Amino acid sequence: MTQTLLFFGGLAELFTLILKNLKGKLESRLIAEQVFQIGHRSLPLVIITAASTGMVMALQYGLGLERFGGTIYVPRLVTVTILREMGPVFTALMLAARVGAGIASEIGSMMVTQQIDAIRALGTSPIKKIVLPRVLACLISLPLLVGIANLVAFLGGLAIGVTELKLDPQFYVLKAITNLSMMDYFAGFAKSFFFALFIAVPACYYGLNVQDGTKGVGVATTKAVVTSSIFILIGDFFLTKLFWVIEKWT
Amino acid sequence: MDLVKVENFYKRYGSKEVHKGLSFAVKKGECLGLIGGSGTGKSVLLRSLIGLEKPDSGSVSYLGQELTHFNEDDFVSIRKKIAYAFQGGALFDSMTVFENLAYPLREHTQLSEKEIQTKVLSLLSQFGLAGNEKLYPGNLSGGMQKRVGLARAIILGPEVILYDEPTAGLDPYNTRKIQEMILHLKNTGVTSILVTHDMPVAFTVCDRIAMLGDGRIRAIGTIAEIEAQGENIIAKFAAGEKF
Repeated sequence: MTQTLLFFGGLAELFTLILKNLKGKLESRLIAEQVFQIGHRSLPLVIITAASTGMVMALQYGLGLERFGGTIYVPRLVTVTILREMGPVFTALMLAARVGAGIASEIGSMMVTQQIDAIRALGTSPIKKIVLPRVLACLISLPLLVGIANLVAFLGGLAIGVTELKLDPQFYVLKAITNLSMMDYFAGFAKSFFFALFIAVPACYYGLNVQDGTKGVGVATTKAVVTSSIFILIGDFFLTKLFWVIEKWT
Repeated sequence: MDLVKVENFYKRYGSKEVHKGLSFAVKKGECLGLIGGSGTGKSVLLRSLIGLEKPDSGSVSYLGQELTHFNEDDFVSIRKKIAYAFQGGALFDSMTVFENLAYPLREHTQLSEKEIQTKVLSLLSQFGLAGNEKLYPGNLSGGMQKRVGLARAIILGPEVILYDEPTAGLDPYNTRKIQEMILHLKNTGVTSILVTHDMPVAFTVCDRIAMLGDGRIRAIGTIAEIEAQGENIIAKFAAGEKF
């Protein structure tokens, strides 16, 4: 219990420091470097995951609905599921595994080799130099990756719809697009900003709190990935509920 | 006048009391050696002088200014005046030697890139590291890493330098080079606090020596003063005897 309270207290403190350091000049070069590392380098993983997800979903929906003659609903079902859930959640989980682990181990190694202490001893802030660029890069990269993932997953679904379910491609595209509401697009993208924080902040927290040398780096890396994944999955439920309420209200 | 002053310094980790009320002061231009067995908290004490650790109680002051209640932002100005030379160099491994040395200048000065380049290359040459500016820390020997770390620490021209075991694990050549640098800096009027187990270096460069043990200062003064106190625990420590 004490550990849990300390963890959430630590996360809150780190988040406050991040907000405080947003004031003043931002390190644009460091942020750009991290966008490249976090965003660009995650592209192959995200594309493969999204293509696979879109294809599998089209296949599963197709097989299930074929018995009832409902394959014409596959385009809408696949597209809405991708936009609202699978796109942001799967992309975030992939990023939590690749980027969350990377951030925690990199910062943890810097702690062990006293590089974080050196940043402080040289009169500079590790929050500004190390944490903030990674958090902002996640906030920039994840929504972009989700957009790409959505498109790729849609194309994957389209490919299966045309080749396996024998749907007309124009019909697929038309059905997928015309039945969508703005909320379908908005809900998924809005989630990605929260997921970016769920990945970057715990990863930085665990990295900055590494103890017991290199062994501690491994522990921090594992904890970062597990925590981020849990935050994403639990957070997804509450965010879905929130957007559902907003949708009903508007 | 006392430049750095530590009073009633207490520090505990869990159930282990590392420091139980240390007090000492360092005058301007002086070199104080902190010696003692492993685990006596020498590095913890050194780190506390620039706020990398906080004491549980007691005070640390610089030029009469109490630092204990400083936050990270307050320490920025202090850390420009008090430099810390880390035991392993603590170089940024994603940066080249040049970038490591340029880092404090880019952060804290208005120098142009040309001026930074001139200053960095001149300092590297002074430290016998000319030609290594494009290398990454991973490509340097331990001795070279320590020298680069020391060069980075002094590049802003600090008033005080805290050395954390600057010669630990080095061959005689690199030990002599580091010792010469410490002496050179001392001769330019820089105040130094040196944590070391290397007694020949301590005897050569330090004006006074403070011996830590059991969470307290067991002896402090010049070698002659400590010898005059009777039981010379520093001589026993240097000889590897139980004291």
